[in-house]
Amino acid sequence: MKSAVVVFPGSNRERDMLRALETITGTRPAAVWHADRDLPDTDLVVLCGGFSYGDYLRTGAIAARGNIMPAIAKAADRGVRVLGVCNGFQILCEAGLLPGVLMRNAGLKFVCKHVDLEVANADTDFTRKYEAGQVWRCPVAHGDGNYFTDPETLKRLEGEGRVGLRYAHGTNPNGSLNDIAGILNERGNVFGLMPHPENMIEPLNGSTDGRALFESVLEAVA
Amino acid sequence: MKARIKVTLKNGVLDPQGKAIEGALGSLGFSGVASVRQGKLFEVELAETDPAKARAALEEMSKKLLANTVIENYAVELDEK
Repeated sequence: MKSAVVVFPGSNRERDMLRALETITGTRPAAVWHADRDLPDTDLVVLCGGFSYGDYLRTGAIAARGNIMPAIAKAADRGVRVLGVCNGFQILCEAGLLPGVLMRNAGLKFVCKHVDLEVANADTDFTRKYEAGQVWRCPVAHGDGNYFTDPETLKRLEGEGRVGLRYAHGTNPNGSLNDIAGILNERGNVFGLMPHPENMIEPLNGSTDGRALFESVLEAVA
Repeated sequence: MKARIKVTLKNGVLDPQGKAIEGALGSLGFSGVASVRQGKLFEVELAETDPAKARAALEEMSKKLLANTVIENYAVELDEK
């Protein structure tokens, strides 16, 4: 599987992501600079974590209007898988590739800890290697992870099985609606989540439960 | 031309920052503050001299970047002097 990681000014998780992708896919991912207007030929585009443009205006707002974004929207239209993690999720929402918005955490504090994630839908390109209802631990590190959308969109997300992951067991760290940790677009090829599966890859991380997310995409594109 | 764009949270959208400010006002002894909502104000200077064109451009800027209309309202004020 060919993959590409997009790097914005202020991204800081690109090395973790590149390493996770190379470890799992066996192929070195491309790093793409935000000012480029074209993507390399790829099966998966990843927007990684960080603080693009210092979170100025709103998290992800300025990156979402960057040069590379029309190429990502076009790739998503063609069915290329797009994954946004943390700031990447915020950017995908601001760019309109996913509905809703990530607001300031309800508790106003930056949260950096492990949470329990429950697989709300195991029938997606990003979660198929998990069991439905499976709970796995994963780190979060964000100040703006409070997912919000209008009631109608929320109803659609729930009704169409587009909530992929939820915070389980009362571990919701940010006040996110319906404990939402990750959502899909209508077609199911764009997924955004606040937690960091790329940091749950090696036994040294304490668990390798994050691997299944990348292995899901690997299987989906095979 | 000079303009101001006021961006405020829509009704019903949780504003934890406003709540924290409300709490701080209370602890400073300001009683009777029923609610505080935090917003943003942008002061923009435009080269455009035609008010209608300026207003249209400011609307576009608000929709495309300055406000996220999922959670925010915006209001454009143009200084036509």
